[in-house]
Amino acid sequence: MKKLIPVLFLVLYLLTVTVYAQSWTGSDDQAEEAIKQIDPSYKQWFSPIWEPPSGEIESFLFSVQSAIGAFVVGYVVGKSRASGNAPDN
Amino acid sequence: MHIMEGFLPPLWAGVWYAVSLPVIAYGALRAKKLVDENPKNKTLLAVAGGFIFVLSSLKIPSPVTGSCSHPTGTGIATMLFGPAVTAFLSAIVLLYQALLLAHGGITTLGANDASMGIIGPLVGWIVYRGLKDRVSIKTNAFIVAVVADWFTYVVTSIQLALAFPGVSFVNSALTFMGIFALTQIPVAVVEGIFAALLIGYIAQTSEEKATQGVTA
Repeated sequence: MKKLIPVLFLVLYLLTVTVYAQSWTGSDDQAEEAIKQIDPSYKQWFSPIWEPPSGEIESFLFSVQSAIGAFVVGYVVGKSRASGNAPDN
Repeated sequence: MHIMEGFLPPLWAGVWYAVSLPVIAYGALRAKKLVDENPKNKTLLAVAGGFIFVLSSLKIPSPVTGSCSHPTGTGIATMLFGPAVTAFLSAIVLLYQALLLAHGGITTLGANDASMGIIGPLVGWIVYRGLKDRVSIKTNAFIVAVVADWFTYVVTSIQLALAFPGVSFVNSALTFMGIFALTQIPVAVVEGIFAALLIGYIAQTSEEKATQGVTA
């Protein structure tokens, strides 16, 4: 039960946050706006070599990133528990 | 969020590469040495890197500013291996995001690694060393993760203010901190909770390493 508390907190956080309307743009987009205000003459001198062709593909690649990380963390933690290193298991 | 591609003038992009590259190279050598010394370190390195992968892919909404940002996930690597190895692991993630997601950038990778991989984790590591024998490992993980995450974006704000001082450096720094550092406060707390949960699992499986830290 004690372990559930942080998880519940996270769920609650995400719910409260998404309930009330905001623009929820990325902070990097806001920084881009700020740069344009501070220095209107600044030109972006280099563009990304490759950009995901659509928002769907971008979120797909972000999920791949999470999946790789979560797989590695889960594999290592699970394997070392299964091999009996855990003192309480 | 990292500094966008092409949004640091060439001079500053070069300066931050000069800062980061030696640390990344040193971190890579250290990581190799750690694995050579004890093959078990390979799994801990993988967990630390995996945690950075997961956390830095989650764009989390922040109620403070009504915008989104992602955590850095560097807290675990900082605790287990110190800032140099963290710089190396962060560089891998930054490269993935710059090449495949058009997030961050190649020209700004030096600056982004300096904030996310080096200076943020360095502040976190100092806090870790100071608290090590005073608080439980979970509490320490929470604090280290929050500190490393938040300072990353304080540094990002300062990097942008140095490149775009506008009327005055201080004004500009406050503007960027209002965007990055403010948004990051709740996001950093969320990261701290994840880090405390994970270090609990790691401590159960490899007690002596996680509690003492390989660098300690």
